[in-house]
Amino acid sequence: MDIHPILIALRKHKAGTLLIALQIALTLAIVCNALFIIHQRLDRLSDVSGVDESNLFVMVNLWGEQYSTDEAAAKIEQDLATLRQLPSVQDATPTNSYPLAEFDWDNFITMTPDQVGHTTDAAYYVGDSHFLRTLGLKLIAGRDFRPEEVQNLGMRQSNQPPVTIVSKALADKLFPNGDALGKHFYAMTSTPLTIIGIVDTLARQEVDSWSAPYQGQSMVVPFRLAEPWGLRYVVRAKPGQLAAAMREAPKALYAENRMRIIPPKNGLLSYAQVRANAFKRDRGMAILMGIICVVLLAITGAGIVGLTSFWVGQRRRQIGVRRALGATHRDILNYFLTENLLISLGGVFIGTVLAFGLNLWLVTRLSLDFLPLTYVLAGMVILILLGQCAVFAPALRASRVPPIEATRPT
Amino acid sequence: MFTYYLQLGLRSLKRNPMLTALMVMAIGFGVAASMITYSVFRAVSGNPIPEKSSQLFVPQVDAWGPQQNDKGEPAGALSYTDAVALMKAHQAPRQTLIYQVTLSALPRGEDSVPSSVTGFAVMGDFFPMFDVPFLYGSGWSAADDDNRASDVVISEDFNQRIFGGANSVGRNITLSGQDYRIVGVMRHWDPKPRFYALWNENAYGDAADFFVLFNRALDLKVDNSGSNSCRGNLHFDGWDGWLHSNCVWLMPWVELDTSEQVVHYRQFLEAYAADQQRAGRFGWAPNVRLRDVMEWLAFEKVVPPESRVSLIVALGFFAICLINTIGLLLAKFMRRAGEIGVRRALGATRHEIYAQYLMEAAAVGFAGGLLGLLLTAVGMSGVGLLFEDDIAKLARLDLSLMGLTLAVSIFATVAAAFYPAWRAAQVQPAWQLKSN
Repeated sequence: MDIHPILIALRKHKAGTLLIALQIALTLAIVCNALFIIHQRLDRLSDVSGVDESNLFVMVNLWGEQYSTDEAAAKIEQDLATLRQLPSVQDATPTNSYPLAEFDWDNFITMTPDQVGHTTDAAYYVGDSHFLRTLGLKLIAGRDFRPEEVQNLGMRQSNQPPVTIVSKALADKLFPNGDALGKHFYAMTSTPLTIIGIVDTLARQEVDSWSAPYQGQSMVVPFRLAEPWGLRYVVRAKPGQLAAAMREAPKALYAENRMRIIPPKNGLLSYAQVRANAFKRDRGMAILMGIICVVLLAITGAGIVGLTSFWVGQRRRQIGVRRALGATHRDILNYFLTENLLISLGGVFIGTVLAFGLNLWLVTRLSLDFLPLTYVLAGMVILILLGQCAVFAPALRASRVPPIEATRPT
Repeated sequence: MFTYYLQLGLRSLKRNPMLTALMVMAIGFGVAASMITYSVFRAVSGNPIPEKSSQLFVPQVDAWGPQQNDKGEPAGALSYTDAVALMKAHQAPRQTLIYQVTLSALPRGEDSVPSSVTGFAVMGDFFPMFDVPFLYGSGWSAADDDNRASDVVISEDFNQRIFGGANSVGRNITLSGQDYRIVGVMRHWDPKPRFYALWNENAYGDAADFFVLFNRALDLKVDNSGSNSCRGNLHFDGWDGWLHSNCVWLMPWVELDTSEQVVHYRQFLEAYAADQQRAGRFGWAPNVRLRDVMEWLAFEKVVPPESRVSLIVALGFFAICLINTIGLLLAKFMRRAGEIGVRRALGATRHEIYAQYLMEAAAVGFAGGLLGLLLTAVGMSGVGLLFEDDIAKLARLDLSLMGLTLAVSIFATVAAAFYPAWRAAQVQPAWQLKSN
């Protein structure tokens, strides 16, 4: 089809043409950035924690009385005995935090005790000899903690544990040759920690962007958190008995010693809730961007329908003349489809520039990632298809204009 | 004339209900998306203490040095050593240190189940510095600070829970096994973001239940339940060792009322850091900051990036809706070229045509605004899906937002109508009459 007459006709409708092209351009810029944000956010939702999420729940336990380190340690052992003998409970462990918890404790890692800059950073978990079993972590090398290795950690003490179990990500970072087992490192300590075990995956506690370079790097040390404020219990229910265990555990603990606080707000959470809380913003962003994309495409589509309909109405006489001069239905239909295609191409061309411009702004100001070209290509295809679909109905109506229109005054 | 144009406008809108509906929906969705995201942004980026935000400052001193600090910036809190030294020097008219404490309370006497309450250990200047309002009693004096009195100020809400709202000043309260004397009950006070204790903390958490006297809390070894950050090898074994470590956890604030005081305090901070360097404690040149409230909020990045991104995307969305409206208005107005020609031929001036079509656009804008208001109200209940509850509950559809929604939609639609209306006013009456 010869596009020359179309271009001449478009020059008569500069404003309308420009408006549609601009709308398509801006829509492309926003839609492909939004799709990129959606994809990135949804990606995070499925971050692996490494723990047996379907059977786990977590409990915050604050002490209602002031305990010394030894008293607190005794109370913790008593609590654990109570929890472990519940019929719905498989195992329980006392800890400072858990993957995706968002209260983070992390230590810098160095290879020598007097190294000033850090080699890397590791999420720091304290756990007893039940930690691995309770969380369902997969030990891929070495051994678990022995009960006698577990020390009490009192208020503001910086004990130096001799042994540690690390995640594979941390082991590989420190010892890329794969021979981490039995090796040493320092975690803000002056004495070395020996790696006695390596677990497959143990995610960090926080999901913030600052820790992205240290993703999956975690260490566990054999401590019992006997601080006066309290600690957290991670409890593993027997398969299928999570709800029952979550009901029974707090009751049993209060029955044993009522001088404790399991906060009503976020004090008792299933792991599904932990995950939902951790990624709430990400899910929210994905939802918002999704809604905006859909409504935006709908409005742009409707706008094209509206303007094209107006043009068809305006040009009935010309269409009639063309029909009278021998143009077929298909010629008229093609005319409007091609016209829209030309405008759309102009629009997506400007839109590509705008899309990268918007992305650059988001990258520099809000440290988002760079937009891959595939998103822009996908956005182009979506918008060109949208334009063709939107223009189809008015174009079909135009093609049905009878040749007799040529003789009618406007 | 105004009402006549409005009538004409409404009649014209009824003539193309589909086109009108399309415009109203575009405006409605665009303005609603903008308003919902703006309401969140407004809540998180606001000035929590507008009347004093430029007189309150956070002094920062780099005690970690260039190899261990955060990309050259000093930490957002002070170590005990530096914090106490700054307080002792007393170079500001008012000053306080703050740290977060979580204690247990027995709400209904000895046989009840304890509950957890969160507050802050502060100095007497805290209350006048931050304009804390009181229901009963008051804060405590600097003399009480020096006497290490076991004073506590509790919140209205906490007073309600424990004492049923009665004037509890002078009574004792047991928190985590220690007795404190209540000297004041605050009227509801919960600035958001919670700028005064922001370092690494949730800026939108629940209101503080109480404020205890800083020196007394230290004497009782009431542990910090907020952030704590250390560098190098950790050697401490208990409270005293930790106090004298390089761990930072204390948030300092000073009130400086004149620019001379600000200059003076800055010099003092520099001199303090230089002294530490001379004494061999710091192996680096002075690296200090003195940020006021809004600078501090920016430094601590209290506005979640999600809030900015969503606001920008929503505004872009609104812009597209407006471009859409320009196109549709253009189509609509130009379709009536014949009618315009007749009106012009009968003596209507360009100005009058212009006014008539802008009125029509204003009517569209108003209808779009109403739809936008409805969608905003619906969307507000969905904010909880998009943001954390603490932030979501701050976003409200109040009168000012409702007014803004209507004003923005009318103004934006009228602005969008300028070009189409101008085109309409350019219609040549002779041509139109001829072709008819």
